Amino acid sequence: MTTVAMTVNGDSVSADVEPRTLLVQFLRENLLLTGTHVGCDTSQCGACVVHVNGKAVKACTMLAVQCEGAEVTTIEGLADGDALHPMQAAFQEHHGLQCGFCTPGMIMSAVDIVNRHGGAPDEATIRKQLDGNICRCTGYHNIVKAVAAGGAAMDVPAREAAE
Amino acid sequence: MSETGIGARVRRKEDRRFVTGAGNYTDDVNIAGQAHAVFRRSEHAHAAVKSVDASAALALPGVLGVFTGDDLAADEVGALPAGWMIHSKDGSPMNAPGHPCLVQGKARYVGDPVAVVIAETQAQARAGAEALEVDYEELDAVIDLTETQSSSVLLHDDAPKNTCYEWELGDKAATEAAFAKAHHVTRLSLTNNRLVPNAMEPRAALADYDAGTGSYTLYTTSQNPHVARLVMSAFLNVAPEHKLRVIAPDVGGGFGSKIYVYPEEVVCTWASKKVGRAVKWTADRTESFITDAHGRDHATDAQLAMDERGRILGFRVRTTANLGAYPSLFATCVPTYLYATLLSGQYDIPAIYAEVDAVYTNTVPVDAYRGAGRPEATFVVERIVEVAAREMGIDPATFRKRNFVKKFPHQTPVIMTYDAGDYAASLNRACDLIDYKGFNRRRRDSARNGKLRGIGFSNYIEACGIAPSAAVGSLGAGVGLWESAEVRVNPTGNVEVLTGSHSHGQGHETTFAQLVAERLGIGIDQVEIVHGDTDKVQFGMGTYGSRSGAVGMSAIAKALDKVEAKAKKIAAHLLEAAEGDIEFKDGTFSVTGTDKSISFPEVSLSAYVAHKFPTSEIEPGLKEGAFYDPSNFTFPAGCHICEVEIDPATGVTDIVNWVAVDDFGVVVNPMIVEGQVHGGIAQGVGQALLENAVYDSSGQLLTASYMDYCMPRADDLPDFTVDTTVTPCPSNPLGIKGCGEAGAIAAPAAVINAITDALGHEEIAMPATPQAVWRAAQVAAREAAE
Repeated sequence: MTTVAMTVNGDSVSADVEPRTLLVQFLRENLLLTGTHVGCDTSQCGACVVHVNGKAVKACTMLAVQCEGAEVTTIEGLADGDALHPMQAAFQEHHGLQCGFCTPGMIMSAVDIVNRHGGAPDEATIRKQLDGNICRCTGYHNIVKAVAAGGAAMDVPAREAAE
Repeated sequence: MSETGIGARVRRKEDRRFVTGAGNYTDDVNIAGQAHAVFRRSEHAHAAVKSVDASAALALPGVLGVFTGDDLAADEVGALPAGWMIHSKDGSPMNAPGHPCLVQGKARYVGDPVAVVIAETQAQARAGAEALEVDYEELDAVIDLTETQSSSVLLHDDAPKNTCYEWELGDKAATEAAFAKAHHVTRLSLTNNRLVPNAMEPRAALADYDAGTGSYTLYTTSQNPHVARLVMSAFLNVAPEHKLRVIAPDVGGGFGSKIYVYPEEVVCTWASKKVGRAVKWTADRTESFITDAHGRDHATDAQLAMDERGRILGFRVRTTANLGAYPSLFATCVPTYLYATLLSGQYDIPAIYAEVDAVYTNTVPVDAYRGAGRPEATFVVERIVEVAAREMGIDPATFRKRNFVKKFPHQTPVIMTYDAGDYAASLNRACDLIDYKGFNRRRRDSARNGKLRGIGFSNYIEACGIAPSAAVGSLGAGVGLWESAEVRVNPTGNVEVLTGSHSHGQGHETTFAQLVAERLGIGIDQVEIVHGDTDKVQFGMGTYGSRSGAVGMSAIAKALDKVEAKAKKIAAHLLEAAEGDIEFKDGTFSVTGTDKSISFPEVSLSAYVAHKFPTSEIEPGLKEGAFYDPSNFTFPAGCHICEVEIDPATGVTDIVNWVAVDDFGVVVNPMIVEGQVHGGIAQGVGQALLENAVYDSSGQLLTASYMDYCMPRADDLPDFTVDTTVTPCPSNPLGIKGCGEAGAIAAPAAVINAITDALGHEEIAMPATPQAVWRAAQVAAREAAE
């Protein structure tokens, strides 16, 4: 067993884990933060996306011990108290979810897309950038609209060129 | 229309928990002291299991128990049954062997569970499963549905020719006569490719036995927890119904795959008593690929007979349907009563004859997947109608209009009585929205850029709200297909509605509340929808087949009628008026012609205080239940048009325009209905362009992960234009037809009709991958040059 310590949603946490413990297992099983989901075994579906030090990461692809000292934000940490994050609000407003299983990862990726691209990304950019998140319910139509609206509401300065 | 009533675009009440990560899916539930189950699965498509040596596994740390089919047999745990009886042409009953929850004798597909290991942690259980020594005697396997009936391989001793049934529907002689006088006959052979449903939440189960009460609790990923409990009690002998509580909490998509009872939840429930611990199992994705019931997998030859004007005279269809290794719960009705009964499409066809053979192969069982039989029927009908129009040189829209059913009710030659519809209205509206008249100009523009442009129609019809129960019983169903509801009005006037429907993405907590809020004149936030727990809801048939609006909401409407009737009686006493003079509108009871009135919450409170009415005549309380059995199927129908642009150099198909005009009857929440249409189209486009379950000849599923099975991504799909026309459904009180499957039913034919239009070549199989399209484009170019 190895001791790992990190900050998750603003709280300092630590636990003794097997070295092979994935970040997503640490979040779900040690911290009982079950909003981060597991939908595949091959890092394709994106249901487990969280932010590590401000960047989107598939939590099934990282070991918990790799996050020693890191700042981790999960879907549970995105809202400001009762006030939803603009991206969460946009997913509700634009019916960007049905069963809700892919939604936490989808929202965490969407926030990251806007942070990386700035401003309000256009439809083609959103569709391309959502490549790492699979939704089986919505046909993506309303997710794309939600990401655009959430992006506009996030008020991130526009970038000259996408990275 | 009020802001939250029927027809309003109400934002979903359930969304807050999902966007904040507060959803409660089965794998999110934990019980103190729970152990974990991992299944050892057959690596062979067909093999006799000679022995399972568990000694090494049992010696590993944390392993609590290892169980096999012998242990289930010793406790008389039954096999998974087929729930719909089909008779062959010769009158003999189908051959439908049960599926043991752990292999007894032979494994019949890769993934068939051989043994289960229960351990303290999932990792320990996995290590235990790998340490089992399974002695197999490998047997030859048969995989191809077209070869299995003549194969020397026999899956089940009691299913000769690997055949479940050889079934027919329609009038053979009348159909032959129609073909004899035909001016033109169009012939088509089609494969409906095998799909994997792929709900994003993998299946899971958490079972707990309470030795104190002798009761079991099972959390499971189910679309119909009551049916799961019934099957586990009546057929599998796991626990009596009153000692088994099944909870389906938030469920992350189903699409049919979570209707059925699977081995894993049965074994976990049974094993929780064996090991004296709660037992949890969650599938990983590859496990889902090789255990969730697959969909489709038909091979069909069809012929359509026309007169000289292109009027359809007769339709002949011969289909072989792959059931996989065992008949899953509803598998036998899918290629029969959910398929051949829809072969009339939207058309007035005088004579139809269909033959369907359902066969076994060494593959994962196949059952209902979004649309279930109706996508397969629509693909056959809409492909052959399109090809017939092209062969006869008639515009495909004109050809369809010429043959539409125009008078209702309409009796088809294949059982169904269509009750209402206006198929030309949907087609005309769709043509306007996609600018059909401007298509040739767009095609020329594409050609100037070296691209091939095509347009494809799909005028589907489906049958939903499968009922009445007696009718489906006469067709072989093992259950009734009604729905239940209970409306509990609390003393303070807010309301709990218990429904037998189950929401796994459909938004029932919103749409059902819209109905209740409108009927009772209360705020939508005053309504709580309760579902998915057999201890709370007495019984229900669950959610599949687009039935929950038409059937589930109708049950709620019926219960609301009773609540209103009783509340009026109480209001009459409170207002000192005759019951017949009481009006109820917008949440207020008033006496006709006076200014005397009282609010709904005041009546609710009075119902429970019970001071002001004679309880010898009116019982205290305000709670009513209803069971609703529909009088007919519902018949949603519509027109989807797909426009594609193909790059002949790469074979890449780009969907550049999609219009859907559907007639779902009365629409409760257009926002939610549009979402259902979008999602359905995406799955249909997935079938047409991307998705395919591929087996090698030894029975290994080559596409058992998201690296190999191509799921639709956001940039594979266009922005959809979705509209509706409305003919209310006459057979239920709300006029609802159902919308959940339409997109998946309509889309594949629309895509393939568009691609074949672009290529000028009819031979293209699904999925039409870039490689397949490129090859077809080469052939078409060669043919054009010759």
